[in-house]
Amino acid sequence: MPAVIETREISIRFGSFTAVDGVSLTVERGEVFGLLGPNGSGKTTLIKALCGLVKISGGEGRLLGMDVRKEAPEIRRRIGYMSQRFGLYEDLTVRENIEFYSGVYGLTAERHARRFASVVELTTIEPYLDRRASQLSGGWKQRLALACAIVHEPEVVFLDEPTAGIDPVARRALWDLVFLLSGQGVTFLVTTHYMDEAERCGRVGYLYNSTLVALGTVEELKRLPAANPPGTARYEITCPNITEMLTMVRALPYVREATVFGQSIHALAETASAAALAAATCVSPRLIEPSLEDVFVTLTNRIIADRRAG
Amino acid sequence: MSLFAGTWPMLRKEFLHLRRDPGTVIFALLIPVIQLVIFGFALNMNVRQIPTLIYDQSPSQRSRELIERFRAADTFEILAHVNSDAELYGEIRRGRAQAALKIPYDYADRVLEGRGATVQMLVDGSDSTVSSAALNVFNTLILLENQRLARVGQPIIEARPAVLFNPATRSPNFFVPGLVAALVQIMVIVLVALSVVRERERGTLDQLAVTPVQPLGVMLGKMIPYVSLGFVEICWVLLIMRVVFAVPIHGSLWTLLLLAIPFLLASAGIGLLISTRANSQAEAFQMAFGTMLPTIFLSGYIFPINNMPWQFQMVSKMIPTTYFIDVTRGVILRGASFAELWTNGAVLTVMALVLVGLAAWQFNRQLS
Repeated sequence: MPAVIETREISIRFGSFTAVDGVSLTVERGEVFGLLGPNGSGKTTLIKALCGLVKISGGEGRLLGMDVRKEAPEIRRRIGYMSQRFGLYEDLTVRENIEFYSGVYGLTAERHARRFASVVELTTIEPYLDRRASQLSGGWKQRLALACAIVHEPEVVFLDEPTAGIDPVARRALWDLVFLLSGQGVTFLVTTHYMDEAERCGRVGYLYNSTLVALGTVEELKRLPAANPPGTARYEITCPNITEMLTMVRALPYVREATVFGQSIHALAETASAAALAAATCVSPRLIEPSLEDVFVTLTNRIIADRRAG
Repeated sequence: MSLFAGTWPMLRKEFLHLRRDPGTVIFALLIPVIQLVIFGFALNMNVRQIPTLIYDQSPSQRSRELIERFRAADTFEILAHVNSDAELYGEIRRGRAQAALKIPYDYADRVLEGRGATVQMLVDGSDSTVSSAALNVFNTLILLENQRLARVGQPIIEARPAVLFNPATRSPNFFVPGLVAALVQIMVIVLVALSVVRERERGTLDQLAVTPVQPLGVMLGKMIPYVSLGFVEICWVLLIMRVVFAVPIHGSLWTLLLLAIPFLLASAGIGLLISTRANSQAEAFQMAFGTMLPTIFLSGYIFPINNMPWQFQMVSKMIPTTYFIDVTRGVILRGASFAELWTNGAVLTVMALVLVGLAAWQFNRQLS
């Protein structure tokens, strides 16, 4: 069986600007794939290209075994898309929004009745059916958007920053829905800025400056050699006066990176200088695994350094 | 997959939008009333009651007879009698009077002797409409007075200028039929353009683009509600015109309404074309506004097209209102029939097809 999403060296150019540069990735059925990267790194453009909204300049994209460029109409019936802006009609009620999208996908009356009941039950939006979308909270808007995006039973769902600006409880509720659906065989490609969300994903791709710089499970990424340069290790330094400590630690010659995590500092330092670090900070640094954020920060810094070096 | 996929759900949704936003409908029905009141009552092109001064240097039976003629004419309103040139010019300069009748000291004598008496009319040329009207009426009045004087004791023959089609030369009869066309075109363009661009702004257009809805489906779904609203507006304006302004419709109302359909579709086509170019509602509104001035000034609504340089005549031929004004004036004022007006309908139909085609092509290009 072919992969659900498959891209081979996909490039997307707008004039002289390259938004996506030679990205290859594969997503299998039922997977929840996370796409991470800073703003402007090309995440949204890549999703739009896979949905047929943006022209592919080079390479190949296949969805459900079909060519993105040639079979867009057929692909559109089988995918769902939820953008950062939700795509809801604010002056229509919850019911009318779902009915509209159901109509747009040409669902028969009988199938509509079944699917309407199903998405309403799934998203538990029943009490708000006759409320206008504009009167919903962010979390409920997002659930409504998901209901609209899956009313036609898509096999693949693209979620473009679905949880931006949503409270943590609503975020968790949305992820629960995503996993429920993925358990039923729906494939998800999700972009996000949140590391905790990325850690929930089965596999993660990291886009930086239009290029896919890392791809794998969270565990694989944490063990990437690029994220753990030989001769270095990550230490957690816990101390009371954290801001002064950070300035001091960053100034040490054997510390490559240092950043604050809650009540402590995560520092990437040379292993040979562990004793010196302990002496300088007057606390005993604890050896830790890199977090996903550590991995991305290290990767990004390395790319910037490589580029400077030419 | 059908080329028109998604038309029906789009259409239903658009009507829901309209129902949720009664402001748009009220706006569409209220604006023509305001415009009609302004054009029908305030902007009267027939000049009346021009404030006029009289400078009679030789008060006599003869001069009083002449002044009486002016007093009787509705065009002039005798403001005051003055006694010097300085006073006369001063009042006109100050804008208190726009015309003055000056009767020289030898007027009565010369009239009696029958040797070329002169009467002077001074008009303020800063308002050309007023001054030309004043001069016209002045000439007519003098002509009448001459005839009377030349044929004392005989029946007086009056000149009878005849005006065809608008016998009363009433402004509403001339303006309202044009107003219907200009107003409805502007409204349909604005509403269609805004409703599409609103979706672009809110991101729902992108959402639609990933669904099986076809560009033609989106476009028809957007056009039909606003074309219907435009149709209701035309009927509404015609009703006000008939009832409030008592402008009779000489031809067939059905001809008028039938030809309104291609006109409305062409207008909606312009709105769609604008919507493919504009990224924000403000931008769309500006572009729609850009079509407004040519529509008002070059469509024959106010100024006759025949008097324009050929370049402008070309522009006027590209405005749907130009053709529909010909239809409304034809049916309402001249009682023209479908056989005489169908070419307008044909041009409008072609326009609508071309515009919608262009818009569909633009949408397609943007979406794929």
